[in-house]
Amino acid sequence: MNVPTMAEMMAQGKQPEVLFWVGCAGSFDDRAKKITKAFVKILNKANVDFAVLGTEESCSGDPAKRAGNEFLFQMQAMTNIEILNAYEVKKIVTACPHCFNTLKNEYPELGGVYEVMHHTELLKSLVDEGRITIEGGEFNGKKITFHDPCYLGRSNDIYEAPRELIKQLDAELVEMKHCKSNGLCCGAGGAQMFKDAEKGTKEINVERTEQAIEVKPDIIATGCPFCNTMMTDGVKITNKEDTIEVLDIAELIANANKL
Amino acid sequence: MDYLDNIAFAILLVLGIGFFVKNINKLTRNIKLGKDIDRSDNKKARWKNMAMVAIGQSKMVKKPIAGVLHIIVYAGFIIVNIEVIEIIIDGLFGTHRVLSFLGGFYNFLIGSFELIAFLVLITVIIFWIRRMVIRIPRFWNKEMKGFPKNDALYILYFEMVLMSLFLLMNATDVHFQDMNSGNLISQFLSPLFNSFAPESLHIIERSAWWIHITGILVFLNYLYYSKHLHILLAFPNTFYANLNAKGKFNNLEAVTNEVKLMMDPNIDPFAAVPEGAENQVPGKFGASDVTDLNWVQLMNAYTCTECGRCTSACPANQTGKELSPRAIMMKTRDRLEEVGENISKNGELVDDGKQLLNDYISPEELWACTSCNACVEECPVNIDPLSIIIDMRRYLVMEQSAAPQELNMMMTNIENNGAPWQYNQMDRLNWKDE
Repeated sequence: MNVPTMAEMMAQGKQPEVLFWVGCAGSFDDRAKKITKAFVKILNKANVDFAVLGTEESCSGDPAKRAGNEFLFQMQAMTNIEILNAYEVKKIVTACPHCFNTLKNEYPELGGVYEVMHHTELLKSLVDEGRITIEGGEFNGKKITFHDPCYLGRSNDIYEAPRELIKQLDAELVEMKHCKSNGLCCGAGGAQMFKDAEKGTKEINVERTEQAIEVKPDIIATGCPFCNTMMTDGVKITNKEDTIEVLDIAELIANANKL
Repeated sequence: MDYLDNIAFAILLVLGIGFFVKNINKLTRNIKLGKDIDRSDNKKARWKNMAMVAIGQSKMVKKPIAGVLHIIVYAGFIIVNIEVIEIIIDGLFGTHRVLSFLGGFYNFLIGSFELIAFLVLITVIIFWIRRMVIRIPRFWNKEMKGFPKNDALYILYFEMVLMSLFLLMNATDVHFQDMNSGNLISQFLSPLFNSFAPESLHIIERSAWWIHITGILVFLNYLYYSKHLHILLAFPNTFYANLNAKGKFNNLEAVTNEVKLMMDPNIDPFAAVPEGAENQVPGKFGASDVTDLNWVQLMNAYTCTECGRCTSACPANQTGKELSPRAIMMKTRDRLEEVGENISKNGELVDDGKQLLNDYISPEELWACTSCNACVEECPVNIDPLSIIIDMRRYLVMEQSAAPQELNMMMTNIENNGAPWQYNQMDRLNWKDE
């Protein structure tokens, strides 16, 4: 696995095509690290000229902002922007819709203007440009349903890129009753990931997992490390872990291509 | 003496419209209590939004049954009200069906009005059945008790009565029925009155006419007190709605200035306060009362027609949490009304010891939100309950340090090590070698 950092690139006088913003979950969460690696393997395979910030990366500030701590958010944002601008970053890709939304929509007013892509968008363009081909065999005959991350779907109107990729897998894409703009949240957004749910009658991730189970999928695909955690937990709670896998789009493609 | 009717009508009209104007003034005064926000950009997109969402009802039909039924009532409201022009002229000048000189076209118009009135009547009955017999859950959430429930029913009864009166008025108009053109629906009603003497028919026709127009004027004045204000406010509300990506939350400018000062190494921390700024009270971060919200958020509150699509799509509400986005809007309006009353009574806002936070909206509701934007997506008139929730969270966190303990830990982690968990920033690339 080849993972150059921006600092190394700069030392060699190189400017990568795109910065891969790994995000906190992708860096530290054991489950999400697998997504990070799967995505890097695809980038390596497609010879994408990329780099990461490594130890110079810090939280985008999303959970602080959604929790209402605008001070902390803006401190994080401005610190990150200083680093990104110092490296003259133009294009960013991330596998986390929360980082994606924050970098894309909330950084520009604070001086950080970049072209920001979600990893499913970049993967889609790699397929379109023929830089990678997706081998279908692995998922032949499998039913895959896609859970829309709120910060990718409703927040930024990106519904098709992940679906286009699933269709390339020779798998059957089955839609839940509530999908795309009507998709139900996994329960992690708005900083809920970091706290217990308020008092209620049910956990949101269980509700959402049950909606997925209704369409009898073999795989629940998603494009967000937090959705992944919530749906994985949901599958465990509903005792479906033997029959349903929860995988990121990047993992699906890496698995299909046996990377 | 012949003019008595016309004078009575003129007085009725002036009173009806006068009260309405008074209420509209109160409404605009209350909305202007909100903070300024610039929504004057991108006029083209705004007009388009209004044309699609308010006039074109594009988001209503996301629920096809309710959507189509609503379009019938909406079209009826606009079309049947053309008839009110004739009623006003007749009332003021003592004429009878003044526009009938239009001949065949007049009959075509009245025929269409009758058809629409009939469809509206049927639709409103279906609405009543959906609410009271089928009991669609979103009409029965806990915030829909008392006045909100009755308000919805009053509106339906009003519309039933107004449409029936219009048809009754036509059915008992002997001359109109004799023409036998344009009486598309009322011709089936008029046989019911065959046994009536012409004088009785005339009295019924006149009574129906008077009650109909009086009813319209009463309804017009009921709007301000009702959720039905959406028939007026849906238009400005969609025009001034947020055009940005839904995931983009505004960056507080006051905070940007503070953060820039903190991060600038050239700033002298001991610098004297600028001349004249010694007594300036720093602005409040976030919102604890309606006057901390912006005017678009306050207009949102008046526009809400309590349909509950937001609440039925809300993941927190679906799983039994205290939060209901509709209740956020209703409580904002209730508090704004209270503040408005306070100003009307005292000439200025006198502290009543109450505020939107805690007295109306509890922190528990605010902390149940996942910021998923389902409520914003669902709203047929582009109301944004999420922005109010976030502004109130900002107050809780930045003014009161009252975040839930686990969120405080998350934020401490971000501050100390740049991640919401307790991992060292220096370990961020360890995954590469694992």
